Amino acid sequence: MTAELQEAIAVGSDETALIQGTSPVARTQWQLFRRRFFRHRLAMLGLVLLIILVVCCFGAKWIAPYKNVSDLLADPAPPSKKHLFGVDLVGRDYLTTCLYAGQISLKIGLFVSVISTVVGTITGAIAGYFGKVSEQILMRFTDLFLLLPALAVLAIALKKFGNSDTTIILVLAGLGWMGIARIVRGQVLALKEKEFVEAARAIGCSHTRIILRHIIPNLVGPIMVNASLSVAAAIIAESTLSYLGFGVQAPKTSWGKLLADGKETIATKAYLLYFPGLLIILVTLAVNFLGDGLRDATDPQAKH
Amino acid sequence: MATNEVVLSVQNLSVEFSTDDGVLKAVDNLSYDLTAGETLGIVGESGSGKSVSSMAILGLLPKSAKISGDVLFRGQSILGRPESELRAFRGNKIAMVFQDALASLNPVMTIGKQITEAIEVHDDKISAVQARERVVELLDIVGIPEPGRRVDQYPHEFSGGMRQRAMIAMSIANEPDVLIADEPTTALDVTIQAQVMEVFERIQERTSSSLLLITHDLGVIAGVADRVMVMYAGRQVEVGSVDDVFYRTGHPYAQGLLASLPRVDGNTPGRRLHRIKGQPPSLVFLPPGCAFNPRCPYAKPGTCDVARPEMHSVGFAHASACHFADELITKEVAL
Repeated sequence: MTAELQEAIAVGSDETALIQGTSPVARTQWQLFRRRFFRHRLAMLGLVLLIILVVCCFGAKWIAPYKNVSDLLADPAPPSKKHLFGVDLVGRDYLTTCLYAGQISLKIGLFVSVISTVVGTITGAIAGYFGKVSEQILMRFTDLFLLLPALAVLAIALKKFGNSDTTIILVLAGLGWMGIARIVRGQVLALKEKEFVEAARAIGCSHTRIILRHIIPNLVGPIMVNASLSVAAAIIAESTLSYLGFGVQAPKTSWGKLLADGKETIATKAYLLYFPGLLIILVTLAVNFLGDGLRDATDPQAKH
Repeated sequence: MATNEVVLSVQNLSVEFSTDDGVLKAVDNLSYDLTAGETLGIVGESGSGKSVSSMAILGLLPKSAKISGDVLFRGQSILGRPESELRAFRGNKIAMVFQDALASLNPVMTIGKQITEAIEVHDDKISAVQARERVVELLDIVGIPEPGRRVDQYPHEFSGGMRQRAMIAMSIANEPDVLIADEPTTALDVTIQAQVMEVFERIQERTSSSLLLITHDLGVIAGVADRVMVMYAGRQVEVGSVDDVFYRTGHPYAQGLLASLPRVDGNTPGRRLHRIKGQPPSLVFLPPGCAFNPRCPYAKPGTCDVARPEMHSVGFAHASACHFADELITKEVAL
């Protein structure tokens, strides 16, 4: 069958649908969201990458080619068929090590992103919507946090409260919510003057309801993008901390810590730097693509 | 249809804003009553205080506005009540239809959800299924085809006329006693205007709610209003039945508005439309005497630019704020 013929048949079947009087079926919000999202190539690429990384890291127990223990008899070795990422200084298979390290990096990235997004959104929304005194207090508080030399505060906090994952997550989130707060506040300032907010007030909506149901849903795009960016930022921040020796402590490890450890032997065993670095870049790219796709997909005014 | 029970009573309402140039009197000593089932049209050019006065009723003005006077809803004073108490009235007893339906609808919420919200905020016991049924019914009442399908669509998927209908559906969701429609047809083309006004009439027949119709379209007023109030520079200048104001006009400003309408039966083709010369006055620096005197074709120096005319009766339920209202009505002065 020629292409033209197929096309003609396809057009014909469309016409029969119209002739039968079937009105176009409205897609639900969720269907539209899925459709737009799954058609977004980069977002799909990001999603697939992220899923692979998450599954491999958190399933390391079953997936990793070797046990996560050091073998003092094994010599450090560059990547080979047997050890894809090579062998590290204490005789561990480096692929296995990287997968286990990813558990902590990914956990920190995701939790920090969620917490800082929630805190930042609430702060920004309240400050922007109510204005006046509450805005002054909240935004000056935000400025104060922005002024803090992040690394110094992190180092002190971690020394004081210990280097548990929870502490790292809370401290990173505590220093990461200001950006989103400022973005949300700025957007809310513009949105609250819109007529639909006035219309919502005119039907008797409370301020809380207006913020939660009218204002924040209009900000899903920027919030999503920012949240995805902050996953990457948190992973990088954790890497920096670990690199400086304040982050995750041995025997636990994270990609940042692997980088830090690898710097000692950069001249001779550069592959110890490449792999964790590559993984950080991959995750960062994946979440950025994902955020991009989510933003496009959540815009109800998109054309398809 | 209109009974004599007063539903909404506005008494000596004044709204002031302070600006860098001085105090701006957006609404000055406005009083009127709205009886059950009645349609009162408020006309006037931009900046005459039509919208501001209606926003003041629902407490929707920014806090910087200084509001005095009183607004009674069924005898209860509602002006200056705290926000939490006003909420019970908004959308429930007194509902508002805004001018620009597209801007007044939340772009990321389906039409159905937005109307549901109007019901939910005043009735927390209603189930989701019941609410949906009610919304579909409301969309049907305002004449939206296929309401069962349309309910899940977003505002941008609606045409202009349908959006305005959806806004009306939202405003009548709780069968309010008073509907305030702020230029509901201004953004629509003429055929849709007629349809939307029909929707209002149908609703009034069903629920016998009162309608406060704010517009600068005298054609719309002539079609649906029982009474008309003409406003100029924040003050009312003429109040009366549609027939009184249209055919026994007692104020030169109202006369000017009527004369500026294009007429199908206009006798001289090619003649230019009448216009009221000059500009509306600044509300901060009102001219002395009658605010309209600099633009008035009949203004008499020594009278009009000295004494401010007060509203006085010029017939049964017909009042005007012009020194020469009686002469105008009996046509002793010629245009």
